[in-house]
Amino acid sequence: MTFRSRTSRRQFLKAGIAGALALAVTRSLDRNAFALASPNSLRGSLDLRKLANKDAEVIAALAPVILAGSLPDDIVSRQIAINEVVEAFDRTVAGLSPAVQREVEELLSLLTMPITRRFVVGISATWPNATEDEIKQFLERWRNHRFVLLQQGYQALVRVMIACWYGNPLSWGKISYGGPPFAKELGLQ
Amino acid sequence: MTKSVIPDFIKIAREDKSRGWKVLDGSRLTADIDIECDVVIVGSGAGGGTAAEILTAAGLNVVMIEEGPFKSSTDFRMRERDAYPQLYQESAGRQTKDKGIVILQGRAVGGSTTVNWTSSFRTPPTTLAHWQRVWGLKDYSVADMLPWFQKMEERLSISPWAVAPNENNDILKRGCDKLSIPAAAINRNVKGCWNLGYCGMGCPTNAKQSMLVTTIPTSLDHGLSLIHSTRVERLANRYGRITSLVAIGMDREGVAIGKYKIRVTAKHYILAGGAINNPALMLRSKLPDPHGTLGKRTFLHPSPVSAAIMDGKVEGYSGAPQTIYSDHFLDTQPVDDVIGYKLEAPPIHPILAGITLQGFGDDHAMWMKRLPNMHVAIALMRDGFHDGSIGGNVNIRADGSPVLDYKITDYVWHGVRRSLLVMAEIQFAAGAKIVMPLHEDSKPMRSWSEAKKFIEALPMETLRTRIASAHVMGGCAMGADVRMSVTRGDGRHHQLENLWVFDGSAFPTSIGANPQLSIYGMVARNATRLVELMKPDIKTKFA
Repeated sequence: MTFRSRTSRRQFLKAGIAGALALAVTRSLDRNAFALASPNSLRGSLDLRKLANKDAEVIAALAPVILAGSLPDDIVSRQIAINEVVEAFDRTVAGLSPAVQREVEELLSLLTMPITRRFVVGISATWPNATEDEIKQFLERWRNHRFVLLQQGYQALVRVMIACWYGNPLSWGKISYGGPPFAKELGLQ
Repeated sequence: MTKSVIPDFIKIAREDKSRGWKVLDGSRLTADIDIECDVVIVGSGAGGGTAAEILTAAGLNVVMIEEGPFKSSTDFRMRERDAYPQLYQESAGRQTKDKGIVILQGRAVGGSTTVNWTSSFRTPPTTLAHWQRVWGLKDYSVADMLPWFQKMEERLSISPWAVAPNENNDILKRGCDKLSIPAAAINRNVKGCWNLGYCGMGCPTNAKQSMLVTTIPTSLDHGLSLIHSTRVERLANRYGRITSLVAIGMDREGVAIGKYKIRVTAKHYILAGGAINNPALMLRSKLPDPHGTLGKRTFLHPSPVSAAIMDGKVEGYSGAPQTIYSDHFLDTQPVDDVIGYKLEAPPIHPILAGITLQGFGDDHAMWMKRLPNMHVAIALMRDGFHDGSIGGNVNIRADGSPVLDYKITDYVWHGVRRSLLVMAEIQFAAGAKIVMPLHEDSKPMRSWSEAKKFIEALPMETLRTRIASAHVMGGCAMGADVRMSVTRGDGRHHQLENLWVFDGSAFPTSIGANPQLSIYGMVARNATRLVELMKPDIKTKFA
């Protein structure tokens, strides 16, 4: 049997307890209470319907790491791309069935609640202040975690992020994809 | 090939009031409504569409209810980010309970036929023989089914694809040829196909002969009432009969249910909502299930994926997506021996490729940058023919929505590993420079010997190994023995005399091939039998 997790036994136990606690707590919270927009929040600057500001901050922090190597090099284009990925993530969540939306909400709560962010995710600073290395380590830890729940969380985050980016024509140049053919003939432009 | 745009005749007909189509958008109800009819059909895919055409042609008053939206060719813009949320269950991200398998399933008028890749196979003789032997389905011989397959092949222009395969399919062919593995061309349900490669996002040229452009418009011409954007919530039953059906219009986003109800009272009720939604509806409705067979034996053709990098351009997003297959690993062993699998190639579009490749960051980006040179092969496991492969169970969540609990057994993993080996060998034989089985622990490999060693040691585990499915089957198994099945061979429910299951959910095993033609053929026969049963009744009514 392969031993994949690099997490120590103590961390592992903490993660388990904190994770269970977080899920229990999130079930009882009304997330809409957190969805108020303020001028200083991402909700104030981006077009978001479903994600709370703190959720959007997580997605904005994860995007440059998950999409490293595929985002535009130019700093302005890069910021535009990240904004559009966060908005697409929001649209994707809004389009899921209520039952699956609930699962995503639980995952985002696990990432954003300070106690679980610190002990389950392993990010000690706030998300906008987390370093790329910390985020990368978190993703690798969850990817290979012996807790199936966290492996599922990793895959969900990466999958949705990647779908949000590669659905965007801004990503197509780097992968030499020309977009739909005959768009003009078919009147699709 | 001459290319001409077939106009969006569905949209034109809907806007032409003199045509008299009865199409109701369930998200635009202003009050509860009650409807009476001869037959109500739940679902508008391969099963529902085929049944609607046959029943309306017989003069029956038919209502069809579809959860998804009514879209047509001008809405199909060949963009994944528009198509997946619009036309698929769960935005093309439907998953099994443990998230181990991603399921591509349609959710629009036309069901999965609106978004499938057009591969058309008759039910393999080995599958039919197994159904006869194990499931007591006596009148499912090749000879019994032949006229129905022929009828539907003619109806849907199913024929050999005369155009050269795209490079992604041709590589599969060349690799198989090199290894003396027989491979052949796939029949397709298309007429005047432009060879674009975007079937999975809805056909923008109306070439694909899906239910959306064939049986459904014909049925509407014959008086069908089509109610879309509406979810069927419950069936009521009493004394061995279904007495009514309750549906609820979706909200304007089509995500959650809305406010107003539609109550339908019919002589007969046909379920054609697919192998996950049909059992869920029956479970929500607490229909009789004396032997606990409902929702059991749901099959997926679980499919592992092997990616390769070629020297030349592949452009797997371009050209008819599936045109070559090999049944060598289905045909060279008994059906109930080690699991067999069908080899095919899938379309390779940015989102689909991106979410299937493992990893993130630079590792992932490196593969995406080589998208134009990427070859992909898949192996569809023939599940359901052995005690080691009993499929999944459909259950309902607290809110009544379905969830499929499908555990991949060691028996199936064994086939997954063998197929990953075979696919790598085929890809190298076709000239691949790099091959990579899609798996969290995978890495690129540069030779067949290296790949062989690596894949033999690769842990076969849920979530580690990428497994996809585009075929949902079973859950309402048909069979002669009431203790083993939900319906009879003619689709009628064992305990409820006016309830019929007319789609792939009635299959007692998987098919071992892309299932659309199996559904068309079976439903064409069973719907014709239902008409024969109802005819005296109709004559009395109109006498």
